[in-house]
Amino acid sequence: MVEQRPLSKFVAHAILVAGIVIVAFPVYLTLIASTHEPADIVNGTMGLLPGHMGVTHYFDALFSGTKQIKSTPVLQMMGNSLVMALVIAIGKIAISIISAYAVVFFRFPFRMFFFWTIFVTLMLPVEVRIYPTYKVVADLGLLNTYAGLTIPLIASATATLLFRQFFLTIPDELVEAAQIDGAGPMKFFRDIVLPLSLTNIAALFVILFIYGWNQYLWPLLITTDSGMDTIVYGIRRMIVTSDANTDWHIVMATTMLAMLPPVFVVVVMQRLFVKGLVDTEK
Amino acid sequence: MAEVELRAVRKSFGATKVIHGVDIKIADGELVVIVGPSGCGKSTLLRMVAGLETVSEGTIAIDGMPVNDREPKDRDIAMVFQNYALYPHMSVYDNMAYGLRNRGMDKAEIDRRVREAAKTLELAHLLERKPRQLSGGQRQRVAMGRAIVREPKAFLFDEPLSNLDAKLRVQMRVEIKKLQRQLGVTSLYVTHDQVEAMTLADRLIVMNAGVAEQIGTPMELYARPATTFVGGFIGSPAMNFFPARAANGRVELGGGIVLAMSNATAAGEVTVGIRPEHLTLGGADGVSLPIKVELIEHLGAEALVYGHLPGGAALTARIDGETDVALDAQLTLSVEPRHIHLFDKTSGRRVD
Repeated sequence: MVEQRPLSKFVAHAILVAGIVIVAFPVYLTLIASTHEPADIVNGTMGLLPGHMGVTHYFDALFSGTKQIKSTPVLQMMGNSLVMALVIAIGKIAISIISAYAVVFFRFPFRMFFFWTIFVTLMLPVEVRIYPTYKVVADLGLLNTYAGLTIPLIASATATLLFRQFFLTIPDELVEAAQIDGAGPMKFFRDIVLPLSLTNIAALFVILFIYGWNQYLWPLLITTDSGMDTIVYGIRRMIVTSDANTDWHIVMATTMLAMLPPVFVVVVMQRLFVKGLVDTEK
Repeated sequence: MAEVELRAVRKSFGATKVIHGVDIKIADGELVVIVGPSGCGKSTLLRMVAGLETVSEGTIAIDGMPVNDREPKDRDIAMVFQNYALYPHMSVYDNMAYGLRNRGMDKAEIDRRVREAAKTLELAHLLERKPRQLSGGQRQRVAMGRAIVREPKAFLFDEPLSNLDAKLRVQMRVEIKKLQRQLGVTSLYVTHDQVEAMTLADRLIVMNAGVAEQIGTPMELYARPATTFVGGFIGSPAMNFFPARAANGRVELGGGIVLAMSNATAAGEVTVGIRPEHLTLGGADGVSLPIKVELIEHLGAEALVYGHLPGGAALTARIDGETDVALDAQLTLSVEPRHIHLFDKTSGRRVD
């Protein structure tokens, strides 16, 4: 236990503050840089206080992107990322909750075989099976489409596993009570399993949304049309190494914008998530 | 409301037989309690009636109709579970209304039934609460309410009181009994608590290792237990058992004690059963039991005296609480011949 002494309190707080500064400073620097003249950023004469170009830079980034080499407007990239993150998160949750429901509540032949098959895919991350997956997506003509961007990433053993563990904690008596109350499999799922899983769904949504939003390798392979750029991959495209100067001010603004949706999701979902945890039964 | 009939009902899980044939006809409005130690198959039997377990052999009929192949929801029964099994995310109202909504009942009728049940169970002010905001006793009442609103042919209770504290258990026991009388619904009630069983039951089924040892009214079981198991299970403190030899209306307990039972026809090796409350202080001709007092438990109105017979058999006697008995004293106890039970030594069955 922590002793209630001024000195230990001070030390503990000092360590925490130092940690926060280390984590937050680069983010702060990015924010500051996005409001300064490009020349100031490159020359290193930029201070630690905000400049006066903020509104212009963010406006430029959102609606036209970088100018030295033409990039997709950030708004469009954010749209692409949003579609990708949402489809992946919702798709993963939908598929895994249904498969976990089947594995836990139904007795069918080879039930455990299917469960283990799902489980084994945990051992094969996207990077390992990237070539065959790419081949399949390419053969299906899904390159440069939202479908190609999202569908291969939807299948999820992790989420299935989490839902399975949660479903196993639902007491048998509750299932039986529902059976006697005349709730068939569909009704039981909709009226009881789904509402009880709400907090788990919220938590998974946060994790999976960020997972989808941060995808880099897969969009890099699957999209060649810059109109399909996601924001994380798009930032990389804005940074040029030769032939032209990088519009660092736009890059900085874009970086800040790229962080907003995940932060927003965490903040909004966390409320629901914490409420669920506090309200939870037993 | 209806009769529930079990005909030669058996259950096996794979090769393991857990219920070896139970027959009983539960009359309309009757409350039958299945009592037995854990693992005796009492819950399995109840779950078979509910349709939550399949019936391996035999027939279960509700209202004259065999229901072996019917789904639980089509059997028109309602069940109260040990852990209440309330839907945690639904309000008390919705918990009670859920089963009715699934049956497509008219909204106004659902509302009427739920409010009426809530009034009967004194839950009216709690209808909007979630189960987690209720106490154990209130949850138990909601579980009862969920059963009542269905107006089913039969109630099935699976140890509904075992999660409550002792005081509340007694209180709820009385409430359940009153409610069952008032509604007149045929009920099957499972418990491991013999006091609960005795107080609630119109008739009792005492189960042991998958066999219905005896079926009868509580007083029948108390007065004439069919086996040593029933004798030991019904009544508290438990019946005293002594090995003995019977011949010619005399029962020899060993250590020189002989009980005269002029109307007993049993002969050979027997087990004698005597209830602690039927032992009285003071000797009487032919039925005296001398013991040395080893331990006394004062319970207020009564006292339990523990000791051993000269032959070495342990004995418990229940005597008046105000009687002054010293530790290590020699006592002579007597028992009326009509309170002596004789059982076959090997089969444990009653012999008269």
